This record gives sequence, structure tokens and C-alpha cells, in this order.
Amino acid sequence: MTDLVLLVLVMAGATYLLRALPLVALRERIENPWLLSFLHYVPFAVLTAMTVPAILTATNAVVSGTVALLVAILVALRGRSLMTVALAAAAAVLVTEAVLALL
Amino acid sequence: MAQVDGEAREAVRDSFPIALGYFTVALAFGLYAIGAGVPAAAAGLVSLTNLSSSGQFAGITIFADGGTWLQVALGVALVNLRYVLMGVSLGQRLDPVTPTWQRLVMAAGITDEIYALGMARPRVTFANYAASMVLPIAGWTGGTLVGAAVGEVLPDALRSAFGVLLYAMFVAIVVPAARASGKVLAVVLAAAALSAALSFLPALAVGWRIIIVTVVVCAVAATVLPVPSEEGS
Repeated sequence: MTDLVLLVLVMAGATYLLRALPLVALRERIENPWLLSFLHYVPFAVLTAMTVPAILTATNAVVSGTVALLVAILVALRGRSLMTVALAAAAAVLVTEAVLALL
Repeated sequence: MAQVDGEAREAVRDSFPIALGYFTVALAFGLYAIGAGVPAAAAGLVSLTNLSSSGQFAGITIFADGGTWLQVALGVALVNLRYVLMGVSLGQRLDPVTPTWQRLVMAAGITDEIYALGMARPRVTFANYAASMVLPIAGWTGGTLVGAAVGEVLPDALRSAFGVLLYAMFVAIVVPAARASGKVLAVVLAAAALSAALSFLPALAVGWRIIIVTVVVCAVAATVLPVPSEEGS
């Protein structure tokens, strides 16, 4: 219980400080090109690091997780929306695990 | 005053698609939180106070892995680092006399989508920005609670399938950007390779791995593949 309260407080505090500090304290534009490049790359690196290799073990079998990753990449390459990509990956897991159960 | 009211009403209307999108993504977060052992009420509070999908996901992942509070705070902060840039640019569009308390309220609503909506308006005011936050916050928190409630009664096969929802959404964010930019593709491949390699070190907690991969890959990329300022904004 204490842990859950702390979890909410730590996460809320870390996120809110990032949002509020620059809005309140900083009114100048960041111009350092290295820092701008670093910040530009952060979302892609962090999302990738969270997805790989975790998606492979997020399901009941490594095979279905792998299939889900491949399906998600393929559907995303076709420019589909977030929701379509997510549902396609989930459907791939269902189908793969149903097939695995038959083997 | 009439003009302010009209702008606020328009902001609420424009934010409706965002709220709907947040609701569906939050379903996946609620499901994930339940799977990670975080009960519905706590997951809902996290969503209400964080309003950030990948940041919340990172925090819950590190927490569920038994990470320290420092890892949770650093992981969440790193994932949400882009909000610093948005806060800076949003602040520059505001009337300089905008009071601090109004800035503090607006800060809670800095997300990729709400920020983009606000910056697309001819002018950014406290009234229209705050108005565009209401429905998305409700959608995000409500979706989390519904997802968590569903997750508690979900059959095993569906829970397994839903386990990939958020990861697949991350793929859907990363892949088009990597397709459009060779530099982003290089960053993604390097991050995937480093993350996979480091996952073989059992002593390295998930939270530190995500932080190390992000800092190392982005620092190297910023040095050898700098982004021209118009592309990086």
C-alpha cells in the first residue's frame, strides 16, 4: 500500500517537474545543437529500448511475441494507425497461440 | 470575455478526438498495470497525475521489476524529457504576464497531442489551453480504470494477446519515423541491439538498462548524426 502511494507520488513528481519548470522558469529558446539532437532522438531510443526485447516475453510464448513484433512492424510500415497496429499484433498473438496449441 | 468563452468552447471540441484516442490507449495501459500487479485505483491515480503513456509504462515496468525509487524517477523523467522542450516553446507563445499559477495548471497538460493542438492555434492562452486539457485527462483516466477492471476478469489467452498492445503502439510510433529518416533508423537499430545485448546481463535491472541504452545511443547519435535545427524541432 505504502509502495503504491510512493509509486504515484514519485511518478507524478518526476513528470510534473519536467513540465512545470521550463514553463515557469525558462523563457529562452534552447539553441545548443547537440542538446537539440539528443532530445530529438530520445523518444525513438527509449521506446525501442522498452520494446526490445521485452515484447518477446510479454506473451505466453516467445514465438507469439516474436510474431507480434514482426506483424506490428509490417503493419506500421504500411502506415496504419496506432490502434490498427496494436490490434493486429494482438490478433497475431491469439492466432499464433491457437496454432501452437494444436501442434 | 465572449471571445475567450468561444475559444474555450472550440478548444474543448477540438480536443475530443484526442480524448477518444487517449481512452483506447489507456485501456491498454490499464491492462498492463493489472498484469504488472498494480491495482486499478493506483493505475487510475498514476494516469490522472502523469498523463503520459510511455512515461507511465516505463515507471510501472521498473516498479514491477523491483527497481529502486531513483530508477523509477529517472526512468520516468528520461522518457518524458521531451516535455522540457515543449514546456520551453509553449512558454514562449504565452503572454509574458501570464501568472505563475496559470502556468502551473497548463504544465499538467503538456502532452504530445495537447501541446500540438495548442501550438496549432493562432494564440495560446490559459483559457484555451486549459479547456483543451479537460476531456483528454478524463479519457485517459477513465480508459485506465476500464482497462484495469477488464484486465482483472480477462481469460488467459486474451491477456496474453493484450500484453503486446502497448509495445505494438510503440512500434507504430517508431517505425514511420525510422522509415522517413535514416538517422532515426540508425538510432532505433542501435537501441534495439544494445538493449537486447544488455538484457543478457541478469544483474542489470530493466530500469537502468532503458536509461543506459537511451543516454548512450542518443549521446552518440547527437555527436555523429546531429539533426539540423528545423528537423529537430
